[in-house]
Amino acid sequence: MRILVLVKRVPATGGRIVLADDGRSIDTRFLGFVVSPHEECGVEEAVRLIEANGGESVVMTLGPAEAADQLRDALAVGIDRGVLLETDGSDWDPLATATALTEAVRRLEAADGPFDLILVGNESADSGGFQVGIRLAVALDRPVVTGIKALEINDGVATARRQVSGGFDIYELPLPAVVGVREGINLPRYPSVPGRLRARKKEIETSSPEKVPGGPTLDRLMLPVEQEAQAEILGHGPEAAPRVVEVLRELGVL
Amino acid sequence: MSGILVLVELAGGAPDRLSAEALGFAGTVAKASGVAFDAVVVVGGNDAGAAESAAAGLGGYGVGTVQLATSDRLSSFAPAAWAAAVTGVVGSGSYDAVIAPGSDTATEVLAHVAARTGQPMAANVVSAEPRQPDGSGPWRITRQRWAGSLLEEATLDGQPRLLTVAPHVVPAAEPAAGAAPATVARVVADVTDADLRARVVGRDVASGDRISLSDAKVVVGGGRGMGSSEAFAMLDELAGLLGAAVGVSRVATSLGWRPHTQQIGQTGTRIAPDLYIACGISGAIQHIVGAKSAKRILVINTDPEAPIFRRATYAVIGDVHAVVPAITAEVRRVKGAG
Repeated sequence: MRILVLVKRVPATGGRIVLADDGRSIDTRFLGFVVSPHEECGVEEAVRLIEANGGESVVMTLGPAEAADQLRDALAVGIDRGVLLETDGSDWDPLATATALTEAVRRLEAADGPFDLILVGNESADSGGFQVGIRLAVALDRPVVTGIKALEINDGVATARRQVSGGFDIYELPLPAVVGVREGINLPRYPSVPGRLRARKKEIETSSPEKVPGGPTLDRLMLPVEQEAQAEILGHGPEAAPRVVEVLRELGVL
Repeated sequence: MSGILVLVELAGGAPDRLSAEALGFAGTVAKASGVAFDAVVVVGGNDAGAAESAAAGLGGYGVGTVQLATSDRLSSFAPAAWAAAVTGVVGSGSYDAVIAPGSDTATEVLAHVAARTGQPMAANVVSAEPRQPDGSGPWRITRQRWAGSLLEEATLDGQPRLLTVAPHVVPAAEPAAGAAPATVARVVADVTDADLRARVVGRDVASGDRISLSDAKVVVGGGRGMGSSEAFAMLDELAGLLGAAVGVSRVATSLGWRPHTQQIGQTGTRIAPDLYIACGISGAIQHIVGAKSAKRILVINTDPEAPIFRRATYAVIGDVHAVVPAITAEVRRVKGAG
């Protein structure tokens, strides 16, 4: 089986977002970068499916040259090939992103055969557009379901579970298909040292797609006005326990 | 400007919570632009009769006409089939915008509509205003990034403009008593075999009777500061005494200490309890966006500089391994005395 997993490089924001001087991006000078969380699980799912069924897995991203780091993270846990659609690092809207990815999938499939499964994240952690995977599927005329927390492949059919209030809805879709996964579908493994070394030596297949803007167009970023709480200190260490219980009683918790 | 179309999801004969928010949002935009707004409701053929009176009731929310899109092929949810139904209604009118609730299903359906029609779409919008008084031309929108820890001002154009409303940001519309019922127009949805390739075939009902994290009135949460999976036993014990649900930060699930179903955060569950007791949690943005609807937060942490203290109502500075057992013992003592 052949599986393609799409990932996005996002900053690891930690405790506080700081805007860059241009007001259109995050100040990332002091931040590390990671694969967006849902997609990290997409990578793990692809590795597991290929381990179980045999075949080839490919990871692809659209992003700046540095996004090769995130491709190597995926290669280090067992993905076979990395493909980088290199940009100048500017913001790509969801339509532009989906158009470039669709072109790239067509090119990869023309060269090496169709993908049985394309895994995407439900939404990216940073821009959260909730649409690129669906646009890709519609452009390729393949069935797609998103928000998936459990996935099985049997006899050319994907069975996928989406969490809903009170349980899971079960979807079935014939392959080839596109599936948008959510964190929780699996627990991603850590790369081994040999895995990291192997990934470092692998060639990243790089091309530069044309940007075809479609909107919406980012004008500026703003930090929401947060009402910072002035916490009432109930005490230090275990001696605070009686005061905590007093508060629990005042709140009617006890 | 000729009007706005709102995608409405019904639950028990009325718009569900997020649909009521979308109706409120659309009402605000429509009022500012002086235009009418319609709604589209998608239902299976067997349910169309029952949906008809609920659809008429949308008049109370200010809806003029409800396009009730039905087909026998809409018996179980299929995202592309629902999108086919909505796209049919969009194509038959001259709507300036389609506004959908920020639910998983409506967001997915609107993304399909956007893909099918080649139009841009903005998800999790918190406000929108046309730049021209007559509503023509691009709209200025504000939308959420990073699950709401960052806002983006953007320009959205399209025929029609497509957007979803960020959950729990705008108030839900309340139906006006005595309002004229909406006109209900039945539309036959044109659903192809291809639209049914991905569809719901069944439901797994969750087992167990544990307190649901998303509905709990009190949540006890643990993070990296717990130090081990074994240490969570003290949180289970305290939660048991308080009738609380246990939640955890992302690091506690990625270290394998706790299952992902207990994760509070951007990629987990959003909680809205009266009291959230956060133990050994530093307060990464990922976690905070899942906990910001808590009415009060009690933080127990050794580091008074941890970002979570900026959200705290109450704070105890100290090591959770000493503080939590002391609280548990005190709760037992008080309960025993009571």
